[in-house]
Amino acid sequence: MKILDFIKNNLLILDGGMGTLLQSHGLAAGELPERWNLSHPEVIQKIHRDYYNAGSNVVSTNTFGANLLKFSREELEDIVRAAVENARIAKETSDSGKERFIALDIGPSGKLLKPYGDFDFEDAVSLFAETVKLGVKYGVDFIFIETMNDSYETKAALLAAKENCDLPVFVSNAYGSDGRLMTGASPAAMVAMLEGMGADAIGANCSLGPSQLAPVVEELLKYASVPVLLKPNAGLPEIKDGKTVYDITPEEFAKEVALLVGKGVRICGGCCGTTPDYIRALASAKPCAPAISKKKNDTLVSSYTHAVNFADEPILIGERINPTGKKRFKQALRDRDVDFILKEGLDQEAAGAHILDVNVGLPEIDEPETIKEVVCALQAVCNLPLQIDTADPIAMESALRRYNGKAMINSVNGKAESMSAVFPLVKKYGGVVVALTLDENGIPDSIDGRLEIAKKILAVAKEYGIDKKDIIFDTLTLTVSAEPTAALVTLGALRRIREELGANTVLGVSNVSFGLPARDVLNSAFFVSALENGLSAAIMNPYSVEMMKAYYSFRALHSLDENCSDYVSFAARLSGNETISSSVASSADNGAESLKETIIKGRCDKARELTVAMLGDTPPLEIVKEHIIPALDVVGKGFEEHTVYLPGLLMSAEAAKAAFEPISEALAASKAEGAERLTIVMATVKGDIHDIGKNIVCLLLENYGFKVIDLGRDVAPEAIVEAALRYKAEIVGLSALMTTTVPSMEKTVAMLHDKVPFCKVIVGGAVLTEDYANMIGADKYAADAMEAVRYAESVEADLK
Amino acid sequence: MSVVLFEEFALPEVDRREVLRYMGCRESDDETEALIDRAIEVGKDAFCGKVCFCELPLSVSDGQIRLGSVRTESKNLLKNLDGCESVILFGATVGIEIDRLIMRYGKVSPSLAVCLQALGAERIEALCDVFCAEMARKQGLQGKRLRPRFSPGYGDFPLEAQKEIFAMLGCDRRIGLTLNDSLIMSPTKSVTAIIGIY
Repeated sequence: MKILDFIKNNLLILDGGMGTLLQSHGLAAGELPERWNLSHPEVIQKIHRDYYNAGSNVVSTNTFGANLLKFSREELEDIVRAAVENARIAKETSDSGKERFIALDIGPSGKLLKPYGDFDFEDAVSLFAETVKLGVKYGVDFIFIETMNDSYETKAALLAAKENCDLPVFVSNAYGSDGRLMTGASPAAMVAMLEGMGADAIGANCSLGPSQLAPVVEELLKYASVPVLLKPNAGLPEIKDGKTVYDITPEEFAKEVALLVGKGVRICGGCCGTTPDYIRALASAKPCAPAISKKKNDTLVSSYTHAVNFADEPILIGERINPTGKKRFKQALRDRDVDFILKEGLDQEAAGAHILDVNVGLPEIDEPETIKEVVCALQAVCNLPLQIDTADPIAMESALRRYNGKAMINSVNGKAESMSAVFPLVKKYGGVVVALTLDENGIPDSIDGRLEIAKKILAVAKEYGIDKKDIIFDTLTLTVSAEPTAALVTLGALRRIREELGANTVLGVSNVSFGLPARDVLNSAFFVSALENGLSAAIMNPYSVEMMKAYYSFRALHSLDENCSDYVSFAARLSGNETISSSVASSADNGAESLKETIIKGRCDKARELTVAMLGDTPPLEIVKEHIIPALDVVGKGFEEHTVYLPGLLMSAEAAKAAFEPISEALAASKAEGAERLTIVMATVKGDIHDIGKNIVCLLLENYGFKVIDLGRDVAPEAIVEAALRYKAEIVGLSALMTTTVPSMEKTVAMLHDKVPFCKVIVGGAVLTEDYANMIGADKYAADAMEAVRYAESVEADLK
Repeated sequence: MSVVLFEEFALPEVDRREVLRYMGCRESDDETEALIDRAIEVGKDAFCGKVCFCELPLSVSDGQIRLGSVRTESKNLLKNLDGCESVILFGATVGIEIDRLIMRYGKVSPSLAVCLQALGAERIEALCDVFCAEMARKQGLQGKRLRPRFSPGYGDFPLEAQKEIFAMLGCDRRIGLTLNDSLIMSPTKSVTAIIGIY
């Protein structure tokens, strides 16, 4: 019998712990247990056989850490072959009358993925792929990915399994006592991602005992349509007489697990501290008849932390990461200024968006590469789910592959060509896809026409195995000034799709007001009408006060805001802002001295507002020369004389940066250019993940008007050379914090001198000294950010 | 036999003077205090207190120090462990979230990032202090005392030892602490160390 057929009608019993049993047979701490498949096959076979005899339907091969990071290719193959053989012998020699299966066990790599560690996502996929291929070669019934404590690594392992075999894949994560993975994901977020990618069972194992894992299991059961798996520890460990003892007995363990089986768990076993006795107790515990898993219909998208559920309340999708009509944004894309885009994401998060649309489509850029870079940068620091917005299927796949969670996808439509390009990606990587109700014949001008296209899209999606819950219909907002009945058709189609098809809906609302004045007023009214007609989500501008007023009001009126508390705090922010802006206006009157003072004190908002006020009657360059630079000089000098400390220096630098923003806008408008200063490429060298120091230097250099290209951290020498050439940089600044990464800096310096001889190299970082810098061939060592600024000024003076 | 245990500890109140010190400030002002307030607020849910540890017999031959499967050479460590017959080896982390916050604010507000960095340093040291106090209490019951903790990278104790320490403790599985190819720990606000028992 196939395992997936077996679990349809039976509770599947897994095995118990391996590590503790091996230790009792003499495995030393620090020794690799996988080698015992070869050196002690009889021990491994006995443990497997004991589990089968105790009632396990499944034993997992002794391959938890069997990967190419720990073993050579040859040894890895020997280990996996022997491990599968050991399980097979145990299966054949067991006298259990039960159905018996063998799982290829895959544990975490032991490395943390980028950007917080140094292991690349694709390298992780390849690593797991090698082990999967060997397991398949030597004959297992399914793949068991377990004890993963990072969602991103879990995705890499599942992708590797899916791409290299047709066997069922069970995926189990190690949740902490806070109910989350080490890197932050909630159980619902894991269900969204793993089920989207086609995992055959999802669960929790290790870290805690069954009762402590109960809340995690209940959340998994609430959202998962596939069977839920539980493989807990035998409670919590403690030391008694020099031995590890777990605090619950086999009987208590079986009772606690049975309780969760009663709630719907379909697959169970034990992890650390459990033995064949625990499995025997489990296999004979009552009630052990599994509840039937019900199909769940929640529309979920997820990020590395949490899932957003479309059933809960209206969802706001921030539309600002999009170059259309935005000059500054286009420039940022051309300059590969990912920080600018990042800030747009964080600002929308602060403004209240639930999901961020990401569109980087610009004819002259490499969209697949850019969208991947932007998605990775955003998901590293922003915890909102992303909506991948592109017309290019290659870019779409490139972004979805790297996405840490279940993304929204924007979009598919009723054209055969669109569906055949997008649906396979939705099926492979998971996702909730926006479906536009248009096809080869254009946008129907009737409600019926749009409904028909929606039905067609659902039917085709079904052929690909994509559920209705993962399709979200956009009935297309047209401009009401051009076509008087446009909004009525959009809203009518919206209501019928909601009522007749029971599907979720989304609209980009702002198009409705195109060509009309006071667009926000019309947009927000349209937004409310759409919500009343069953709109699930809006792609909108979260900075629009009118839209947010509509949103908070709707929630309060529809009993979605307990005690109207969100509405009340939103209203408080509204009036608060008005007060703040009037007080600034009055203090701006006494102009000159206070801007300097404000920057010295490091007050960003006030510095920006004062500058805007001054721009009314003062030329931009005069503000820079007479007010901002003198303030920076005071603080910089104070820092050099140790009367101002680093936080003070930085707060002033940030205030100066805030003051520069309206000034550069004014300069761009008047086309008056400031004096061109040098271009400086900055990077933390390969292997090093620290970048605070480098960021500080970047900020200060920008303050003084230098053009800074920040390549980020862990940057390969080749990439630094390439950037120095491309931007014709006069200076490259390198940072390294650890002695272990100084060789990487040395290599970069040598390569720069060789390939970019016109460029000066300045180095800094905690472990560096003047002597060290000279030794590795740098042109300059800077002890702090001000010294870097002074050096850049001196290089500039020499060049003139 | 060496048994590796895992435990979570509650962290004490933030010591603002320590945060100030890690920022390199010898004195404070209203702006700096407000910055520390903001960092504490931003980081209020960011920290955990995970430690994995084991007690090991110490053996020394020809200047080589052996602790279970960890072998290293270091005069400074040897001096620190003088008179000890066993040690506690531990790995501790306050989690990945602070790294994420530091990266997040690195671009938006470097001053806040610097302050979060200092807060993270204060938190991991506080965790180590809590852990060491608990170990001292337990050892005290058996009439034993503890030496100050000593980490790879202190004096001549080579960072290379990290590889064997990580293998010995299973830091990645137990507390989610990993080591990269440059021997940098992730999460960065983490400590491994040896405590002599005498």
